Amino acid sequence: MKNKTFAIGGVHPAERKMAKDAAIEVFPLPAKVAISMAQHLGAPASPVVAKGDKVKVGQVIGTPTGFVSGFVHSSVSGTVTAVEPRADLAGNKVMHVCIDVEGDEYAEGINLSGRVERDVKGTPEELIEKIKAAGVVGMGGATFPTHIKLAPPKDKKAEYLIINGCECEPYVTADDRLMREHPHEIVMGARVMAKALGVETVIIAVEENKPEAFAALTEATLRYIGFYVYKMKKKYPQGGEKQLIDAVTGRRVPSGGLPIDTGCVVQNVATAYAVYQAVQKDKPLIERVMTVTGDCLKERKNYLVRIGTPLSAILDSVGGLPDGAVKVISGGPMMGKAVANLEATTQKGSSCLLVLTAKQTARTPEQPCIRCGRCTQACPMGLEPWLMNRLGRAGDTDALEENKIYDCIECGCCQSTCPAHIPLLDIVRTSKADVMKIIRSRAKK
Amino acid sequence: MNPILITIVTLTAIGLLVSAILFIVAKKFKVEEDARIDDVEALLPGANCGGCGCAGCRDFATKLVSLDELGDVQCPVGGGETMNKIAALLGKTAPVSAPKIAVVKCNGTCENRPKVNDYDGFATCKVKASLYSGDTGCGFGCLGCGDCTRVCKFDAISMDPATGLPVVDESKCTGCGACVKACPKGVIELRPKGLRGMRVVVLCNNRDKGAVARKACQAACIGCAKCAKVCKFEAIAVENNLAYIDPEKCKLCTKCVDECPTGAIHKFNFPVKKKVEPKPEAAPEVKPVEKPVEKPAPEVKPEPKPEPEVKPEPKPVEKPAPEVKPEPVEKPAPAPEPAAEPAPAPEPDDREDVIELDI
Repeated sequence: MKNKTFAIGGVHPAERKMAKDAAIEVFPLPAKVAISMAQHLGAPASPVVAKGDKVKVGQVIGTPTGFVSGFVHSSVSGTVTAVEPRADLAGNKVMHVCIDVEGDEYAEGINLSGRVERDVKGTPEELIEKIKAAGVVGMGGATFPTHIKLAPPKDKKAEYLIINGCECEPYVTADDRLMREHPHEIVMGARVMAKALGVETVIIAVEENKPEAFAALTEATLRYIGFYVYKMKKKYPQGGEKQLIDAVTGRRVPSGGLPIDTGCVVQNVATAYAVYQAVQKDKPLIERVMTVTGDCLKERKNYLVRIGTPLSAILDSVGGLPDGAVKVISGGPMMGKAVANLEATTQKGSSCLLVLTAKQTARTPEQPCIRCGRCTQACPMGLEPWLMNRLGRAGDTDALEENKIYDCIECGCCQSTCPAHIPLLDIVRTSKADVMKIIRSRAKK
Repeated sequence: MNPILITIVTLTAIGLLVSAILFIVAKKFKVEEDARIDDVEALLPGANCGGCGCAGCRDFATKLVSLDELGDVQCPVGGGETMNKIAALLGKTAPVSAPKIAVVKCNGTCENRPKVNDYDGFATCKVKASLYSGDTGCGFGCLGCGDCTRVCKFDAISMDPATGLPVVDESKCTGCGACVKACPKGVIELRPKGLRGMRVVVLCNNRDKGAVARKACQAACIGCAKCAKVCKFEAIAVENNLAYIDPEKCKLCTKCVDECPTGAIHKFNFPVKKKVEPKPEAAPEVKPVEKPVEKPAPEVKPEPKPEPEVKPEPKPVEKPAPEVKPEPVEKPAPAPEPAAEPAPAPEPDDREDVIELDI
């Protein structure tokens, strides 16, 4: 059978998974951490500790402030030295809880044994409550709170749970390593979520360039009925929620709709792992697997890092920034964000730290659009980026809305294929923000 | 019959018929339009800048004619003169408001505000602001990509390559507010032009705490409130670590300019040679000059106070305000050595942190 993939658009960037053979290492405890209160999509959490407080690993330090919000836990034990706004990796001031590390004392009730707990206890509501209390968010990068996705509106019923192990971004190997080293935990996390959702069918999608992960998950799912592992064709942005649903089930999320409209719920493998830790081991989300990679680095690693570790400490552990490195990206090269402040700390959504050289990041001057249509071919949402570019520069928000700019998933396929080097994504993203603002203010009326 | 005759008759008949139809249609479907709209439009500057909030000058003229009272409706380009003419034409009272000018509230020049990373992305402020806080330590100041210069219809604002900041040409700026809307950081403010163009403004937009702000930029307002204390007219309020001078209350005494430890407060268009001894009587005399619009109250009140030393009668150069070139008189007065503020160490950051940013 041919490997599945989504129907329209997509690109094939060079994969460069250079760190895929580096086993996950536990990153040593940093001396200080700063834990952001805005690690999830939605309203930032409000800190519940004050300067001078003693905290333990896994203790709640931030509580949600809205419906779309989440708990934040301390990833270390020690003394709170400050609760103050600090620059995040984009330089914007965000409330952080700063902790000086003393020892490594876990809060009570956390199961630290390596044994795989296979009994899923509790009702769906209890499971969702536990996931919420553990502060689990979508760890593929969007950081949408997981408990909200697991509790769809009453009139909509989930049929499939899709576990996203595509990892279609070049360079990033964190999910690959996690699938190879902890397949049983991921499958158990998927079972917990399947129970919470009440679905029978769980599909784990792995791209074809990760044969070891595919084999490990296939082996781990043998004993469970209703679990399927799909081998997917290698194509970016297959890990996008809407693309993956299309690829796996052939259903299309309607324009402006949500994935649940197709009866599917998509969760990342790292999220499944975090759910397993939260429900079966009572361990909140305090650490994650993060790839440190780049062609210019001496060694590339996959680290299990505590949330709140300074990026500079992680870079130092691989020999610091080498000569010629000009750019550090948090996340993959397609959707990641350039880091403006190396003293910023890791967050729940930080999957990768990528170091690039001047040659790799050089920009070619922009040239006029030649109407070749490559961006339209590449767009996985079936939009017309060249038109958005023109309308966006003219500020024609009405026409942008007519052309469904709000469907853009900001994957960057258009910009990466443009032979005229037009910054399509930049224009489309800012125009989309303008249009969304108008739509929201209209909805308020 | 003669074919020529037939042609002439036919064409005449068709012509008569069509003209009759056109006549009827023109009578029947005539759009009644106030004739004054054309007259008002002729008085307007015709810049179609949209600064008034209407789609263009024609739209604004329609609005003016339909209004019962002009209220505070204002053509920012034409200013009071134009509005007076229009009011006379329409038989209404003209709105009273001072002409405004765009002020760039940032003095983060290359020396004052060292870069901590390099931006090589798409060079517009809008995109840059959507990506991160900026290439300096200050997340509130000018981003320097010049969105304001591109939206200005009057060529009144341009980037100064030496400082990396926009410069407003006071003779060209009409106060239409296009740059204010274009600036994603809200650095530009419309302020009254002031008496003879004289203004005192806090050139900073940084709302960080003093130490953080000072570390990012040597010319930042650190929110120490010294200016508010020295001001006798309660014109200065410090909110979110940032001082703001209320142009309605400010009497141009410039005490705050000398008091500011970081030189964040600047004065514009003050005469170069200032007479130090104030003439209390001078104030009432100067007041009734050509501009009665500007806050007439301020000058009347302070007769016991000697403050308004700014307008001593011997005006060396200045003629009526707008033409004055903004020769910036001010040397930001390095000021009494930084007394209160905690972090006086603005050494340029180590360049290892320089990271290029884009997506």
